[in-house]
Formats: sequence, C-alpha cells, structure tokens
Amino acid sequence: MRFDSTEAAGGLQLAALPALLAAAAVLLLSACSRGASSGELTVAGSTSIQPFCDRWAEVYMEDHAGCAVNVQGGGSSAGIQAARSGAAHIGMSSRPLKPEEEDLVEIVVARDGLAIIVHPENVLESLSLQEVRAVFEGSVRSWSVLGGPAKPVHVITREEGSGTRGAFQELVMGDSRIFRGAIVQDSNGTVREIVAGDPNAVGYISLGLVDDRVRALKLDGVEATEESIESGAYPLVRPFLFVAREAPRDRAGNFLDFVLSEEGQALIKKEGLIPVRRRTP
Amino acid sequence: MTSLDRRESLVRAVLLLAAFSAVSVLAVITVFIFVEGTPIMFRRGVGQFLFGQDWFPGEGRFGLLPMIIGSVQVTLGALLIGVPFALACAVFLTEFSSPRLRRILKPVIELLAGIPSVVYGFIGVIVLVPFIRDNLGGPGFSVLTASIVLGIMILPTVISISIDALQALPPSYREGALAMGATRWQTVRMVLLPSARSGIVASIILGMGRAVGETMAVIMIAGNAASIPRSPLEPVRTLTSNIALEMSYASGEHREALFATGVILFIIIMVLNTVANLSSSRRGRERKG
Repeated sequence: MRFDSTEAAGGLQLAALPALLAAAAVLLLSACSRGASSGELTVAGSTSIQPFCDRWAEVYMEDHAGCAVNVQGGGSSAGIQAARSGAAHIGMSSRPLKPEEEDLVEIVVARDGLAIIVHPENVLESLSLQEVRAVFEGSVRSWSVLGGPAKPVHVITREEGSGTRGAFQELVMGDSRIFRGAIVQDSNGTVREIVAGDPNAVGYISLGLVDDRVRALKLDGVEATEESIESGAYPLVRPFLFVAREAPRDRAGNFLDFVLSEEGQALIKKEGLIPVRRRTP
Repeated sequence: MTSLDRRESLVRAVLLLAAFSAVSVLAVITVFIFVEGTPIMFRRGVGQFLFGQDWFPGEGRFGLLPMIIGSVQVTLGALLIGVPFALACAVFLTEFSSPRLRRILKPVIELLAGIPSVVYGFIGVIVLVPFIRDNLGGPGFSVLTASIVLGIMILPTVISISIDALQALPPSYREGALAMGATRWQTVRMVLLPSARSGIVASIILGMGRAVGETMAVIMIAGNAASIPRSPLEPVRTLTSNIALEMSYASGEHREALFATGVILFIIIMVLNTVANLSSSRRGRERKG
C-alpha cells in the first residue's frame, strides 16, 4: 500500500480550507492537551534521516507546544520493526521496503543523493559508475589506475544492513560485492571523518551530509546537485521513507502534514536534501 | 524462637534471595544467548560458522573465521604490548619505589581502569590512527592500532593484580634472597617473579578477558573489515565488534547469526575465566602448602 504524498497534499488544497484548519486545530488540541504522555510522538529508524527529522521535530515543537516529538536512531530495519510493533508511531527508512514489509504504509518524505566522497586534496574530479564499482569491488587498489598518484586506495563502506549501504549496493554495485578488505564504519559521520583525515580514502555518504572537509566526486562528469538529481542526470538517488502500520492520523498525521508542507520541505532543502513536492513526473 | 532468631532468619532469606537473583540473571542471559544463537549454527553447519571466511549476512553466508582470527590477533597484540609494561610497573612499585611514590602511583593506575573505553577509542582515532597511517602506511585503522590501545587498556588490570600477587609473597622470600647477597634485581628475577607466577598468570588472563571483550574502542580504531588481515597494518574485525556493529540493523537469520557470534565469544571467555580460576586456586594451594 502506497500513500502518495503529492496526492495527499493535493487533496488538502481541494477541501474547504477553513473547515480543515478548524478540524486540524481540534485534533491538535485533543492530541496535545491530554498531558505529557499522550502528547508524545516517537519517530525512530534510519540514522541517515535522523538529523533531518530532528530538525523537523525542533521546528514543529516550537509551533506545537506540549507535543513532544521524540526522534530516535537505530537504523532503517530497526525503525521498520519499531513501526510494526508499535514501539514507534512512525518508522524512518532510507531503503525501500522489502516484499515482506509491504504491509506497512510508506510515505516518501524526501529524497537524498548518495555522494562518493574523497579527501579535498584528491586530484580526481570525476569517475564513471563502472570505476566506482571497480573501486568498491576491490579490483582497483591504486589511485594511479584512475589517473591519480601511485597511492593505495583506502575504501570505506558502511556496515551490513545499513540503509545507505543497501542503497549504494543497489544503485552502484548491482550484483557484485563490496570487497571484504573495505573498512567498515557504522555511521555517515564516521565515514566522513575518516575521508576528511585520509588523503587516500574514498567512501559514500548521504549528499546532505557532505561538508567542506570532504569533496563529492562527479559521476560521469555530473556534479551531485539538486538540479542534476531532479533532472535524473545524477543517478545515485534514494527515497527517504516514513513507514507506519496504517496511514498516520492524529499526532502522527499532524507531524507528517508538517513534514510534507512547504515549510517542512524548505527546511530539509536548506540542509541539502531534495524536497518531494517538486518531484518531476 | 526468640525475636532475634526470627530476625536472623529473615536477614538470611533476604540475602539468599539477592544472591540467587544475581546468579539467575546470569543463567537467564546464558540460556537466552544459546537459545537464540545455536539453532542457526546447527541449521547452517557449525563448520561454516567456525571456518567459513565469507561474512555476507545478506546472502546467508555466515563465516566467522575472520572475526575469530581478528579477536585472537588483537588480543595477542594487546598482551604483547601491555604485559611487559604492566609487569615492569608492578615490579617497580612493589620492589623499587619508595612507599610514598607507591601511595601516589597505585591509585593513579587504578584510575586508568575507570576511563570509559569510548575515550580510549576517541584518542586512538584522533592521535594514533593518523600517526600510524602517516608513518607506517596502510589506512591507520589496523590490528596494530587496536593492539596498542587495548594494550594500554589492560594495564590497570594486570598491574594491580600483579602487585597484589607480589605483595602477598611472604617477606622471608625477599629477606632471605637479599641476605644471601642477591641484588634487588636478582631477587626479583630469580625468587619473587617465579614464586608469584600463578598470580601473575591470573592477572594476564584477566587482562586477556578484558581485551577479548572490549568493543567500543575496537570498533572505533580497528577498521572492522571482515577479512583476515595479512599484515598488522590491515584493518580487522573482532567478534564483539561484529555484534555491536550490525545489531541495530539485523533481522531474521542475520540477527540469529549475531547471537551465534555471541555464543562463540561466550565460550572463549568461559574458557579464559576457567583457566584464570584454576591458576588462582593453584596459587591458594601453593601458599598453604
């Protein structure tokens, strides 16, 4: 079951706005005035989405005093499990749902590019998708093969099961494996930290988390920007999902509406993600 | 029955309950790990877990050999680096230093044990990893880096238990050797260290247990590649890091395989503890005899 965000938003505009606003206000009051325990909303899952969701929660709570949004990490699979078991109202997943998880409702709340990052001093500007695959397969062990200096390539990857690794596997590796000798780190932040410190390192992280201590490589000459992602020229894109047992209502629904609102999407655009409302058909 | 007797038996019952609850928690944990971890080992074959080299949980391949070897390498490395320092320190503090210096140094060393392991890991990442990468080559995240940091982390355990073992020796050993004209160093080397051997061995085994079990610091500095390292400068993954690294995402068979990792780790640590207990009980007998 797929709950399309664009349709939902369209539906909102069609309906009588004042009535809806009143209804929302009533819902909000009833949801958030029932004391601290009932005013809590737990969102858990992907560590890739977590920092952005923190931002949403922060701004949301400014306008909705008394409604405490509790954002937890734990990873995509844990988030999906938490949403199914009811431990969290909303689960966050940075990988598509597996067939056996399709009974949950999924809402695309943002899209994210995957950036192949290197040290700022790395002389390479651009790699092809095949070259990136060869590097992560372990068949290219020296930068000289790619036109760089004769230095060993230090490959950094994420741990098995991570949403970012899952997306990278699917988008870049296809059927080949990331080689066993690759250094494994358990968060976007540590991958970035290592690449920022090691001139010979290469890794992949969420595009929104690239900062000036590392440099994102172009893919086939295409730089990873919002425009190139929207036009489809930059191929490494994955959806960020909210999942729940049923279409979110009440507190969860309110929060979701905020996340998908122009304000919510503008927030994450500022942080480097690709908003969903402007999705090209 | 007087009221004093009744109170006595009440206290006894409460203490008994406390003792049993501690033991039963341990029993529950043990049963839980084995119940969760052993089915997959038998389903997939114990051989694959112990000797398989491919750890690709997504494809149903659960070879733990790289992690078993990784744990062994890192632990031996830590002992190689930590134990000589620790013994030198223990000998100095018991035999050569002034009592005043000992009163200052011993608590400081014990304080070392109270530093959270994440701090050791952090210092390792910030200082040691770049140093090794720039001066020795490789990515810096390596067997060597992990061994050095773990070697430092086991110091307090090995030092304080070795000091206890040396101080527990009867003063007559020391006095007798010195009276026969042995120098201090000769006394230490030929009389004290051999006599305290089983206590020192116990201290080393407890340090080993700490090194095998350490997780956080190792995850931060070892690189965690699930392959058998061919040189001390290559990254390595230990059994503990394997569990901690992947548990948050694991489900289904992957999760069971992580429990199986726990089973193997549990067995290794039980063996170490048993050896430590045996050697310290032998020490008790020696002293009595």
